[in-house]
Amino acid sequence: MTKRRIEPLVWMTFSAGGVTAAMFMPVLAFLFALAFPLGWITPPSRDHLLDILQNPVTFLVLLGMFTVMLVHAAHRFRYTLYDGLQLKWRWQIAMLCYGGAMLGAGAAFIILGQVF
Amino acid sequence: MSQDLTYRRPISTWWWLRKRTYFVFVMRELSSLFVAWFVFFLLLLIRAVSRGEAAYEDFLDWASSPLAVVVNVVAFVFIVVHTVTWFAVTPQAMALQVRGRPVPAPLVIGAQYVGLAVVTAFVWWLVLR
Repeated sequence: MTKRRIEPLVWMTFSAGGVTAAMFMPVLAFLFALAFPLGWITPPSRDHLLDILQNPVTFLVLLGMFTVMLVHAAHRFRYTLYDGLQLKWRWQIAMLCYGGAMLGAGAAFIILGQVF
Repeated sequence: MSQDLTYRRPISTWWWLRKRTYFVFVMRELSSLFVAWFVFFLLLLIRAVSRGEAAYEDFLDWASSPLAVVVNVVAFVFIVVHTVTWFAVTPQAMALQVRGRPVPAPLVIGAQYVGLAVVTAFVWWLVLR
C-alpha cells in the first residue's frame, strides 16, 4: 500500500532529475571530465572552485541537483533491469537502486559540507 | 496480492538487438547509469577541491589517465543521448496549453534547447570567469 502512495513522488523526482541532467550535465561533463583533464581549456584554480563551492546557494543547488539526478538514474536503471535484462528479483532490485541513490545523496551532503 | 496465472511467452534477454528502435530505447534507458557516473565523478572532484591544492592536481591527473578518458568519452556520448531524447519526448509527456490551445511540439523542443544554451553559458561563465 505504501508503494502506491510513494510512486507518484518517485516519478516526479525522476522527471526533475531528467530535466536537471539534460540541462546541466552536458556542460559540467564537458568541462570537468574532458576539457580540463585533457588540457583543451586551462582548468580553474582550486581557490576559484572553492570560492564557488563555499557559497551556500551552490551547496543547496548542487545537493538538490545531485539528489534528483541519482533518483532519476535509480528509477530508470531499475526498469532497465526489469525490462531489458528481464530480471525477476523485483523487490531486491528496487531496494538496491533506491538504496544506492539514498546512499549517494547522503554522501553528497557530507562531501558538499566538507568544503566549508 | 493474487497470483497472476496468465501464461507469458518467455522473452529473450537480447530482444532489444532485433530492431533499431528497440536498441535506441535500451540505449536511452542505459544513459541513466552514466548520469549516476558523472554525479559520482563530480563528487570526487568536489572532495578533491575541499582537500587541498595537491588533491585537486591529483584528481585532474587521474581524470586524464587513458582509462578515465575512455570512460568519460563514452559517458559523455550517453549524456548527449539523454539530453536529445529527453527533450524529444517532453511534448508527449507534458501537453502544454496556452490560452486553451496546445503548444506545438517543435516549439516545446526548441524552448528546451534555448534553456540548455542559457544554462551552459551560465555554468561556463561561473566556472571560467
